Amino acid sequence: MLTPTYYLVLSALVFSIGAFGVLVRRNPLIMFMCVELMLNAVNLTFIGLAWGLNDIGGQVSVFFVMVVAAAEVVVGLAIVVAIMRRRDGATADDLSVLRG
Amino acid sequence: MGLQLFSFLIAGVIIVAGALGVVLSKHPVHAALFLIQTLFGVAVEFLVVEAHFLAAIQVIVYAGAIVILFLFVIMLLGVDNAEDLSIEPIIGQRPLAALSGAAIFGLLMTVIFSASSGGRITGEGSVSLALDATDPTGEVLPNVEQLAQVIFTDMVFAFEVTAILLTVAVVGAVVMARRIPGALQPLPEVLPIGEFSTEDQGESTAVAATEEGEEH
Amino acid sequence: MINFVYLIPLFPLLGCVTLMLVGKKMGEPSAGYFATAASGLSFIATVVTFFGLRALDVEERQVTKTLFEWVPAGNFSANAGFLVDPLSVAMLLFITGIGTLIHLYSVGYMHGDENFSKFFLYLNMFIFAMSILVLGDNLLLTFLGWEGVGACSYFLVSFWFSEEKNAMAGKKAFITNRVGDWGFMVATFLAFASIGSIDYLTINGTAAQLSTPVLAAMVLLLFVGVMGKSAQFPLYLWLPDAMAGPTPVSALIHAATMVTSGVYLLTRVNGLVYEALLHAQWVTNIIAWVGVGTAFFAATIAIAQTDIKKVLAYSTVSQLGYMVLAVGSGVFVAAIFHMITHAFFKALLFLGSGSVIHGMDNDQDMRRYGGLRKLLPITSATFIIGWLAIAGVPPFAGFWSKDEILLSAWELGGINGKLLWFFGLITALMTGFYMSRQVFLTFYGDYRFGDPDKDEVDQAWDGYIAHAEAEKDEAITAREAAATKLEEANVAVESRNVAFAKAQMEVTQTTSEDDLAKAQKALDTASGALEKAEAGVVSAQDELTAASALVDVKDQAVSSVKSEAARRVEPEPGEQRTAGAASDFLPDAVAKRAEHHPHESGWQMATPLVILAFLSIVGGVIQLPFTSEVHFLENWLEPALTFEHKFASSAGTKVALAVVAIIAGAVGIMAAVSVYLRNQGDPAKIEKQILFDGWGYDRAVTAFMGGPGAKMFDAITWLDANIVDGMVNGTGSLVRGTGSTVRRFQNGLVRSYAMSITLGSIGLLVWFVVRIAA
Repeated sequence: MLTPTYYLVLSALVFSIGAFGVLVRRNPLIMFMCVELMLNAVNLTFIGLAWGLNDIGGQVSVFFVMVVAAAEVVVGLAIVVAIMRRRDGATADDLSVLRG
Repeated sequence: MGLQLFSFLIAGVIIVAGALGVVLSKHPVHAALFLIQTLFGVAVEFLVVEAHFLAAIQVIVYAGAIVILFLFVIMLLGVDNAEDLSIEPIIGQRPLAALSGAAIFGLLMTVIFSASSGGRITGEGSVSLALDATDPTGEVLPNVEQLAQVIFTDMVFAFEVTAILLTVAVVGAVVMARRIPGALQPLPEVLPIGEFSTEDQGESTAVAATEEGEEH
Repeated sequence: MINFVYLIPLFPLLGCVTLMLVGKKMGEPSAGYFATAASGLSFIATVVTFFGLRALDVEERQVTKTLFEWVPAGNFSANAGFLVDPLSVAMLLFITGIGTLIHLYSVGYMHGDENFSKFFLYLNMFIFAMSILVLGDNLLLTFLGWEGVGACSYFLVSFWFSEEKNAMAGKKAFITNRVGDWGFMVATFLAFASIGSIDYLTINGTAAQLSTPVLAAMVLLLFVGVMGKSAQFPLYLWLPDAMAGPTPVSALIHAATMVTSGVYLLTRVNGLVYEALLHAQWVTNIIAWVGVGTAFFAATIAIAQTDIKKVLAYSTVSQLGYMVLAVGSGVFVAAIFHMITHAFFKALLFLGSGSVIHGMDNDQDMRRYGGLRKLLPITSATFIIGWLAIAGVPPFAGFWSKDEILLSAWELGGINGKLLWFFGLITALMTGFYMSRQVFLTFYGDYRFGDPDKDEVDQAWDGYIAHAEAEKDEAITAREAAATKLEEANVAVESRNVAFAKAQMEVTQTTSEDDLAKAQKALDTASGALEKAEAGVVSAQDELTAASALVDVKDQAVSSVKSEAARRVEPEPGEQRTAGAASDFLPDAVAKRAEHHPHESGWQMATPLVILAFLSIVGGVIQLPFTSEVHFLENWLEPALTFEHKFASSAGTKVALAVVAIIAGAVGIMAAVSVYLRNQGDPAKIEKQILFDGWGYDRAVTAFMGGPGAKMFDAITWLDANIVDGMVNGTGSLVRGTGSTVRRFQNGLVRSYAMSITLGSIGLLVWFVVRIAA
């Protein structure tokens, strides 16, 4: 029998993989993709719990998460383009202007 | 083993494999393709629990739009930008990252199992529409209508706000990515950690001096 | 209608802000009329509030209008609230009323000033701050207004700051007032510590429960603040110097309104002062004696001043002393009464003096005035009314209020009260004298603006002597030149003699015919040259004789000029001063003055003068001493005062005291008449230098502050720099040290930041797990 717990476990796994990816990858594009993985993991949680709790609210949340993700990708990729134009092949480690 | 669980597990394997592919592939294009795999898997998981509308959205928006956008950017910036995975400039980042990932997974597992075994995942206190809600004729509402009912009533304000968010995001993207006429300013040189550009400091003191001057 | 109270500060504030933004664009005279309108609307709002308050029952005439909670801090709270009661409304009526008149007057007075709109900006700001001061329902809000008017006073005193003197006067006013503000602040702290509230109503209501030392300390500390703001001894120093500002400012801020705020403050906390009067009379005695002492002291100085505004400045200090005396005697009504009448006639006198100064080409020296009665008819008529009012001539306004103050001092009883009364009386006499002196010097006598001063005559004679001596020196130089010439001529003769002898020798020794003729010719030439040289000697000798004679003549001229200079006498009083033979050497300023024609000011300046003159005549009716029905002011103020002073003296005593006061004023006026109008005495015997210098007090303070005082402050500065700042800087360097350590984590690497976030979220998860486990 499928239970919401399955969804939660799968979600935790994908989330951990995504987090690991953000931490170890230097290509900003791939870091973005890993962030997308984490967002999808969260969406899985929402869906699973919406099903388990018999509540459409979880699905509504997923809907909004997708909108926010789309917006985030648009802005994030614009930033990547702007950076790459100034320095070709820049990695996340090259952008250390934020340091104190 | 029911069909539901079977579908879930198949899709789950596809998702995890795709996720690992994203994290481990050297080439951004490969990573993007693996991402599509994962996203499709997630769409299947949505279908398994009858979230039809979201499954469609997942395919259209995520796989269709977002990943294509990724691919566009990859093409725009050069496809051959492979990352050398054999080096890691930040000391201790990889073991720490692996440890963190494991810790997050372990802790989440602890939370999930202690919660589900304690029976804390219940439907009590739910505020929005039930999945098996019926219309006046006694028919169960289709998934799209259920979602619409909630989004356009309780959540209508949030929905409108997302419209603003998307507009702002589009404008922001255009502003940031547009080509400014004239020579581009190069990024500041990267100095070893612990050293600071004297130029910056001189500039800041000069700014302070002019401010002081204005005060007088 | 009481809600109109919010508009009272609002209009001037809006005016001030508008002028700040677009004042320059408005320009002259629109900016001035705009500011006048703002102040006038504020006056109208005050009048409406007044009628609104009057419509209430007598017991209810204390309304607190809270705008918002201003400083909520633990169990301390200060509201931005307005206390609308008869006292504050009475104050505001004359502040906004006279303020409006002075705005109008300034439109004429500031004509042509390059910072025209800025002046009105400050005036509106002042009205705003003053209304906050008056309306504030607690000590803190009043302090805000108190500092606000101080700042405006500073801006306006040094309005013409391009002159060093004016800028210094502003600084002096500002710094002296800080000393007083210290007292005010500590009193506020003390009120909070001992009462737990700084609301006036609470303070007055609980004053009776305070222990005597706390009560005494609080009243005395507030009085220190009063000393600063109301220019009492020893902090009065700034007020005479504040006359460096434009005259309307002197009238509004340094005579009519701001300087009375100290007296207002003591009246505001009348519950405290009254308790002090009952249980710690030494405190109120200090107040009364400082008041009467200041009144007396300032009056002596006013006698010898020559600057028309300085006289009025010291007179203001003196009149403020009267008000403080009334407060010290516990008769707040008398203090407020005198405050109002004083506002009328002192504003009038200042504006009148401004009109005179305006008409006399910005010359402020009274000794150069005289006979202006005919030239400035409106100014002189209104000024004379102001003079009669301040000199205590019945039935002008000043008589009634001054009489009530003297009566209240008398009723303190005992030798103390009698002495206070006596000094008050002597001050009244001196007031009559110095004000009459001012009027007579300015408006009576001969027009002498073109006459030279004593200094200028001295200067002229010095110039004359120098001229004669220069001529003598010139003659001596000529004589020396002649002597040199003679010597040269003599030398020439000698050399020609030698040449002649040589030629003769040649003639005798020559044998050849040809040569002989040649030698003979040379001899002739030599003898001709010799004769010429001898003639030169004779003429040089004549020249020398003539030059020597000229030197003698010039020498005699010098000694005669010197003896003439020594012999010249001061003109008899009333006689015209001239430079006599030295007239040609008078400074150019005199000629410039002689060509000046005084002119009456425009309508903007005349209208306020006439209105204020009218008020100075009839101002006394608000509190006539006859029956309790005509005690309008007293009946009006009753709800604001915690207790009511009823004069206990019999009607006979009152009349006798009033008559004595009239006589004293009359004696002062008559003395001035005989000295300055009839020239029957020498003014120099009265106008002593030490009085002119204000008993040297100012100089003593300056000397102290420049010497030992400065050392003391240096020591305090050292403490501040090393110990107080040391602690502060220590905190700073601690933070800086921590910062530079922690900065390593801020390495700019996005992935390190991501790691921090991850570790943080792991921490959160751990917390969840622990919570689930628990």
